[in-house]
Amino acid sequence: MLPNADLKSHAANIRANIIRGTYHAASGHPGGSLSIADIMTVLYFEEMNIDPKNPKMENRDRFVLSKGHTAPALYATLAERGFFPEEEITYLRKLGHILQGHPDMKKIPGVDMSSGSLGQGLSIANGMALYAKTNNHSYRVYTIIGDGEIQEGQIWEAAMTAAHYKLDNLVAIVDNNNLQIDGTISEVMSPYPIDEKFKAFGFHVINIDGHNFEEIKNAFSEAKTIKGKPTAIIAKTVKGKGVSFMENLAKWHGSAPNREQAEQAIQELTGGAL
Amino acid sequence: MAEKLSTRAGYGKALVELAEKYDYYVLDADLAEATKTVDFSKKYPNRFFDIGIAEADMVGTAVGLSSCGATVFASTFAMFAAGRAFEQVRNGVCYNNLNVKIVGTHGGILIGEDGGSHQAIEDVSLMRTIPNMKVIVPADAIEAKYAVEAAINEPGPVYLRFGRYDVPVFNTDENYSFTFGKANVLKVGTDVTVIAMGDMVYEALCASEELAKEGISVGVINMHTIKPIDKDAIQTAMETSKHIMTAEDHNVFGGLYSAVSEVVAEFGGKISDKVAVEDRFGQSGNRADLQKEYGLTCENIVAKIRNLMKS
Repeated sequence: MLPNADLKSHAANIRANIIRGTYHAASGHPGGSLSIADIMTVLYFEEMNIDPKNPKMENRDRFVLSKGHTAPALYATLAERGFFPEEEITYLRKLGHILQGHPDMKKIPGVDMSSGSLGQGLSIANGMALYAKTNNHSYRVYTIIGDGEIQEGQIWEAAMTAAHYKLDNLVAIVDNNNLQIDGTISEVMSPYPIDEKFKAFGFHVINIDGHNFEEIKNAFSEAKTIKGKPTAIIAKTVKGKGVSFMENLAKWHGSAPNREQAEQAIQELTGGAL
Repeated sequence: MAEKLSTRAGYGKALVELAEKYDYYVLDADLAEATKTVDFSKKYPNRFFDIGIAEADMVGTAVGLSSCGATVFASTFAMFAAGRAFEQVRNGVCYNNLNVKIVGTHGGILIGEDGGSHQAIEDVSLMRTIPNMKVIVPADAIEAKYAVEAAINEPGPVYLRFGRYDVPVFNTDENYSFTFGKANVLKVGTDVTVIAMGDMVYEALCASEELAKEGISVGVINMHTIKPIDKDAIQTAMETSKHIMTAEDHNVFGGLYSAVSEVVAEFGGKISDKVAVEDRFGQSGNRADLQKEYGLTCENIVAKIRNLMKS
């Protein structure tokens, strides 16, 4: 187990690279990337059985970033974990480079599944979990879904499937940062109560603070003790978390920082330079 | 040629017959009786999952299974496989070039009584336009069986379109072989070559026999693989015959007529006529009545060729 201080330092580096990537790309989605940075840190530095030197290891735990537009968080995490050189971050969204605007399993080491079109990740994670069950593999499957994303009907089709096939090797994490492009999720199309919905669909549900390492770790541990049903972790998060001028503002969903903003953000996060 | 069997039945038989030779999963969306995956589901329950009435979720599940190394057949009606789940097929299956075989049964107008809402006349067009996707439309149950095996052996996504009704089985295990992307030239003709897919192959054969009596030489090509299409077979037909014609139970846009036209244009030729659904929806009716209403008959092919010969 890594001390929380180490996790904190990894998370800060990941957040700084989210800012660097979107700054260099002059586009992308920093807000929702920052909100999942702590969860990503725990997954890739604590929870998941993975090997950066062998990204296709057969019995590795699988990860599906269903909210694929927050690819900068996944890329920054994979770079921090050593799946590819950190320099790639500066070529995010550039022609001829591996880091596509949305995750691409054919091009990027460590990406288990392409994503970007919302609503599809839970179905795919189910397929991965079913494969493990039917082939006696012990790996577990993790997917992060946006709280706006659960407005997509396919999520609930997949929720039924996960419970129906008793996929206790599956953990769905809902990034409940409460904001989507057009405003708060309550204003646009309220999915609340999220926990009650997943409970009704047959999930074991855990509510946590998505920026508290202890709570994140404990939730993953608890999920492993649950037999016969999938787990949904509803993580209360802050969109833009860690960058003072980005927190809780929908406008940072899909716009990149300029040079001055990026420098300030990284100063706040790590005290480092752009 | 006495036996009649649907191509979907050929699919169902193939899934069972090939299950010991190959390792694959089969998914369905509450239509196992209709898509004929039911026998497989009973014999191999560990490799079959019914996802319920949720085609998008079914294709997503197939994507997940396949990303771990499995070959997966995802079966439902053509309308829902190519229509409802189009984007899951595009972004999940094809974008990642995964080993998922999308199976659309009940393709075309000639599925009969269910009517226009269920008669997919756009599926070949929709599937053909996606990069990495390959498209097969078998003409009888024997061909369907070999097409299933070919799809297993062809890496990456394949769309297979099957019909509902029992139709004449004109191929036999002894005389038949399926090569992916290579058309079966059933007859060579000097006046006209009819390039046909699915049910229309049999109608074209019938037309060829009928017109032979009048001294008109009509070739028939069974274009079972619509993508990648057999350019050589088309080019050869253009050299051998005065006219090229197409015949399909699909909308005139984007299907076989379009696919053959693209090749014919590349070689600087033209298609003289076609039998297809002329950009209108289907409706309820029995197969024979619908054939007449939409001109998907031996007689209509004969009439069109007689016209060509007059000009």
